[in-house]
Amino acid sequence: MSSATATQVDAAPGRSFGAIAVRVLLPALTFVALIGAWWLATIVFDWPSYIVPTPLEVWQEMVDQRSILASNFKTTLWEALLGFALAIAIAIPCAVAIAYSRTLELTVYPTLVALNAIPKIAIAPLLVIWMGFGAGPKIVMVILICFFPIVISTATGIKATPAEITELSRSLSTSTLQDFVRFRFPWSLPYVFVGLKVAIALAVIGAVVGEFVGATKGLGYVIVASGQNANTTLAFAAIVLLSLMSIVLYYAVALLEHVLVPWSEET
Amino acid sequence: MTAISVKGVSHTFETRRAKLRALEEIELEIGENEFVTLVGRSGCGKSTLLRLMAGLLRPTAGRVEIGGHAVTRPRRDVSLMFQRSALLPWRTVIENVMLPVEILRLDRRAHRTRAEQLLALTGLEGFEDRRPNELSGGMQQRVALCRALVHDPSVLLMDEPFAALDALTREELSLELQRIWGEERKTIVFVTHSIQEATLLADRIVVMSPRPGRVARLLTVGADRPRSLGITAHSPELDRVGAELHELLFAREPAELRERSRDR
Repeated sequence: MSSATATQVDAAPGRSFGAIAVRVLLPALTFVALIGAWWLATIVFDWPSYIVPTPLEVWQEMVDQRSILASNFKTTLWEALLGFALAIAIAIPCAVAIAYSRTLELTVYPTLVALNAIPKIAIAPLLVIWMGFGAGPKIVMVILICFFPIVISTATGIKATPAEITELSRSLSTSTLQDFVRFRFPWSLPYVFVGLKVAIALAVIGAVVGEFVGATKGLGYVIVASGQNANTTLAFAAIVLLSLMSIVLYYAVALLEHVLVPWSEET
Repeated sequence: MTAISVKGVSHTFETRRAKLRALEEIELEIGENEFVTLVGRSGCGKSTLLRLMAGLLRPTAGRVEIGGHAVTRPRRDVSLMFQRSALLPWRTVIENVMLPVEILRLDRRAHRTRAEQLLALTGLEGFEDRRPNELSGGMQQRVALCRALVHDPSVLLMDEPFAALDALTREELSLELQRIWGEERKTIVFVTHSIQEATLLADRIVVMSPRPGRVARLLTVGADRPRSLGITAHSPELDRVGAELHELLFAREPAELRERSRDR
């Protein structure tokens, strides 16, 4: 049959050098413009550095305090990553249970929604009372914040398997496990990643919220401590590092998605 | 030899609010290697009948038999094809075709050769390692056809498999299906709402009427094969069947039937 081979099959679009340059260049330029605006504002309004330091002062502070900042950066990164991993480990089985059981969907789901409505920062002081000043309450805070988006997106994804796929699976007499492993779970992965990307952005926030309330380490602690000393420049340096951490983590998850679920972008 | 027999089958869908009588007292015998099309307007229960044959649904009354055995669950020797290709986007073309072999735990090496032959038969040679989203709709349905044939089922059930394709691709695939059916003799039950497709493909056409679904008429198509919409399209036989089908499908429902549907 020659007509099928004659049908033009395009290579995956959007992978040319120009397209990549635009994808990197545009955000980079935006970033540079923002820093320029900040710098300009400090000059125009002549703010003293204990109110708003200049980008150069912040950079200098980062270089001077690099060992302190690095160790606190590691603490916060560790709390965020461990909390994120644990949230995935708890949320995905929960989502599977909810997707497969109508009873659980009716009982657990509304409870989850209600619990999620509680502002997490309200729980933070309680976590300190229960668990002390170590990494524990921060990791729990990260889990609490990340859990919900992962559960919702995964449960939605598992239930979103199209009818013809389920019928195909049934027509091959698959077991429930085969059906899940070969059809439903892979089908849900693009949805799972939507939740993961929301969650990873929240993970850093969770760790910082935990550190704000009671900590002896971490970038959140650095911000609180430098506020008390009116060391605005150090606080700014910590904030910049937190932003960097968030960006890197977010794009790491996006990269993982690109590798594991390449079909999700094209559909 | 009878491949599929449908004996006094009725099917009712029950929802919380209402009972929907989808099929009523269907009697149908389909011979071995026969190509049968089920035609009717939407709501006539043709897809339901197909799913009963596939063992995806159990009839409320009556029974469906394949090869003399009552169908109570999906069978290995019965394959399904849908309007949408139902290809798995994370698998390559050849991996999609091999899916039934893996799940049914058949000999991989032997079936790999068969999968490659089928892909060649449908003109997909050289596309084995592509992903479904790199293929056109027509090519995706060809892959789905290969997947349905890879474990050499004796019955192929097709639910409007070409309905989502453009007219030209549709005709091309209709021709191709006839050719493949010539090489791989199967019993085929093909659901469609296209008069053209029904006459072009069928040995026998089952015309169904809606609410509740019944067999309104059986038409035998005697025209030579392969049939295409080209020069052979206007053979007197195809014209006759097409016209009759047209009349049947556009006829007003008999008063008696309307009465019944109101009582439902």
